Amino acid sequence: MARIVGIDLGTTNSLVAYMDKGTPRVIAGRNERNIVPSVVAITDNGLIVGDPAKEHLTRNPERTVYSVKRFMGKGLADVQGELAYFPYSLTEQGGVIRIKLGEKTYSPPQISAMILRELKQRAEAHLGESITKAVITVPAYFNDSQRQATKDAGMIAGLEVLRIINEPTAASLAYGLQEKTQGTIAVYDFGGGTFDISILKLKNGIFEVLATNGDTHLGGDDLDRQVGDLFLAEIRTRHGIDLSAHPDHMQAIRLESERAKIRLSDELKIQVSVELPDNKGRFTRELTRDQLESLIMDIIDRTLGPCRMALKDAGLTPIEIDEVLLVGGSTRMPLVRQRVQELFGKTPHCELNPDEVVALGAAVQADILSGGTTDMLLLDVTPLSLGIETMGGVMSSLIRRNTTIPASAKEMFTTYVDGQTGVDIHILQGERELAKDNRSLGRFRLKVPPLPAGVPRIEVTFLIDANGILNVKASDMRTGQSQSIEVRPSYGLSGNEVERMIEDSFKFAAKDVNARKLIEARLDAAALITTTEKFLGEGSHLIPQEEVAAVRAALSALATAKDGNDPRAIRASMADLEQAAKSLTVAMLDDSLKRGLQGKKLSEIT
Amino acid sequence: MDHHHTHGTNSRELQMARSMCWHCQSEVSGEYFCERCVKVQPVSKDLDYFTCMGFPRRLTIDLRQLETKFYELSRAFHPDFFQNKSEEEQTISLGNSAMLNTAYRMLRDPIQRAEYLLDLEAGAVKEIRTSPPADLFEEILELQDTLDEYRATDRTSETGRQLRTKLLAEQHTLEQRKRSMETQLQQLFTDWDALQDRGEANSQTRVERDRLLKQMREILSNRAYVKNIVNDLVATIA
Repeated sequence: MARIVGIDLGTTNSLVAYMDKGTPRVIAGRNERNIVPSVVAITDNGLIVGDPAKEHLTRNPERTVYSVKRFMGKGLADVQGELAYFPYSLTEQGGVIRIKLGEKTYSPPQISAMILRELKQRAEAHLGESITKAVITVPAYFNDSQRQATKDAGMIAGLEVLRIINEPTAASLAYGLQEKTQGTIAVYDFGGGTFDISILKLKNGIFEVLATNGDTHLGGDDLDRQVGDLFLAEIRTRHGIDLSAHPDHMQAIRLESERAKIRLSDELKIQVSVELPDNKGRFTRELTRDQLESLIMDIIDRTLGPCRMALKDAGLTPIEIDEVLLVGGSTRMPLVRQRVQELFGKTPHCELNPDEVVALGAAVQADILSGGTTDMLLLDVTPLSLGIETMGGVMSSLIRRNTTIPASAKEMFTTYVDGQTGVDIHILQGERELAKDNRSLGRFRLKVPPLPAGVPRIEVTFLIDANGILNVKASDMRTGQSQSIEVRPSYGLSGNEVERMIEDSFKFAAKDVNARKLIEARLDAAALITTTEKFLGEGSHLIPQEEVAAVRAALSALATAKDGNDPRAIRASMADLEQAAKSLTVAMLDDSLKRGLQGKKLSEIT
Repeated sequence: MDHHHTHGTNSRELQMARSMCWHCQSEVSGEYFCERCVKVQPVSKDLDYFTCMGFPRRLTIDLRQLETKFYELSRAFHPDFFQNKSEEEQTISLGNSAMLNTAYRMLRDPIQRAEYLLDLEAGAVKEIRTSPPADLFEEILELQDTLDEYRATDRTSETGRQLRTKLLAEQHTLEQRKRSMETQLQQLFTDWDALQDRGEANSQTRVERDRLLKQMREILSNRAYVKNIVNDLVATIA
């Protein structure tokens, strides 16, 4: 079976991991960093993803997307309250948010697919084989639309998503593999954009989730905003500048807020410094850990309600939890650890890197699916109740929250009018009484043979699979005939749209390869220029004057090419420079070294 | 929502599965895997949850044994272990896992277990409405009035505080009542199991059987009613 990789598609950072002889490992990129920042920049030269895209946040804010996970499976109305925080403009089409970058619009799954493709390439480069199958993690509290959007993103990126797995449970797999833990554990997962709590029972390799709860709109991003809002208000009063008119500076504030928050996990006091627009100098201030904590205390306390709910649903009290695991970057904050410790009355575990543990767990799950690991089995639950709208706009629950998945429920439908040929069914997810207060997942029309009222008997099976994704089928109890059901998602892409996006992504791929080659060529050219200039400075007296002039000419030609957009032109100019500087290079190297290096190019020895 | 919905499994195939392996057509007598070709077999829709989990129809169940069985069958059926198998086997694995999960959920909880058994033995337990215990009828009517009054009163006022104290006392009484009903049920469960264990089939045991089922049904329905009232009460004074 082809190799399956595990992917943590995070709000802030994403990672890819694989199982290496029984040990899960995160795959590092060319820059030797394990994480890929979940940032995508659409530049004139094509697409840039990860660390290089992060630089575009302040340079090119309107065309650089970050935290796209917050928009997965959502409509515009869902994020109305935070539109002001994002520099790019959002619209909606067919119930799905669209992000406008330049002349084109992209759906959140398309942007996520760009990150996934970067991870796929990273894995392919490292493993030296084509990667087409993956396990992707999602917050446990993600609803059906958000899970489906994640699956769509995988498809657009050319990945078959064999399993959508919940982040906290993935983390428990990574810990379980390490510790061979038994007992009841709570996983507190506070990431960049989402919060999850899962309570599990571990016994003889079975990881049984008892209850889960969370908030898919609560994370480190929200903490940064509190800090950023303070800075913005102070800049307004102290310098009389409203930065909201300067998207690039708004991004600088956001990044500085994040940096300040991170540093205050280790230090008690730091200096903040941000450049102001129009040469108005810098905004500087001291920020203490106490000040930070009083700003974010309320947000951190919002994680405690879901913890109590999960405990209640699991039928447990905090004392009955044997171990608490911390997952997600936000759990590095001392205040978070203190709150968790107070709630559960025990010191939480954080031996595994909270940024990597989810990806490691995804790799373990991938290994289970490929038949490598057979002693471990994860039994997860559905986080939200599933139901349908009934008379009077009330939700009738079919599968309760925290039901172990796969889970199914059957419902019998009939007609109220003679000759009626269809029944419209509205599927919902949520815990509220009224249909309108719950999340609409989709609608479908049940086909019914024209018969007297009450005679048709159509049995509809609602099945939540191991990914937490709903499948619906129906069969006529009178004839035994089954009918296929096409559910129109309320907040999702249609099958056709996903197909089209897959095609688009292939077209884009060529452009993306160009962008990548350009970045690499520019980096290599810069290195060659530096070395050659150094050699010229130290050894120009060793070669004839005409050759020095030729090297200088080749240098300036390369500098021009480097500023252009053609990676092939850059490579050609590099070759020219290497040729022109050959005798300089030879002269510069000492005899013993010279022998070993004969026939090699300068770029290979620098 | 999945964009690609699968068609329902052919019902003829399911019926055949009870006696014949869907894959190699050899005889299968209730095993979950065909002895000849080792393919997973669909759990019959007609199989009750007790049988599915390998337990007799008793109301007292060793929860540790039940859990062990659940884990064992999960290891046998879970879709994780069918990733490399054929599409048919994946469909069966999914259906069997869903059924197993339902069976475990129903049998794990003593109340749901009893309701399920009532449904099996006497049928249509879902149709039974929750009903107030006859002796508590007056008290509950009064409680409803107090609740309405409390909802319409300023909670910080003196009347509000008095009503709240009264409601808290009511909550205590009702919870005690609920517990005593559960003790009664526990006794009925024991009696039922003892009757089943004797395995006699005469008119006397039939009368006893019907009496136990009737009593269980009544107490279950009263208990559900009291439970709803308590939930409502707790939500109101929260």
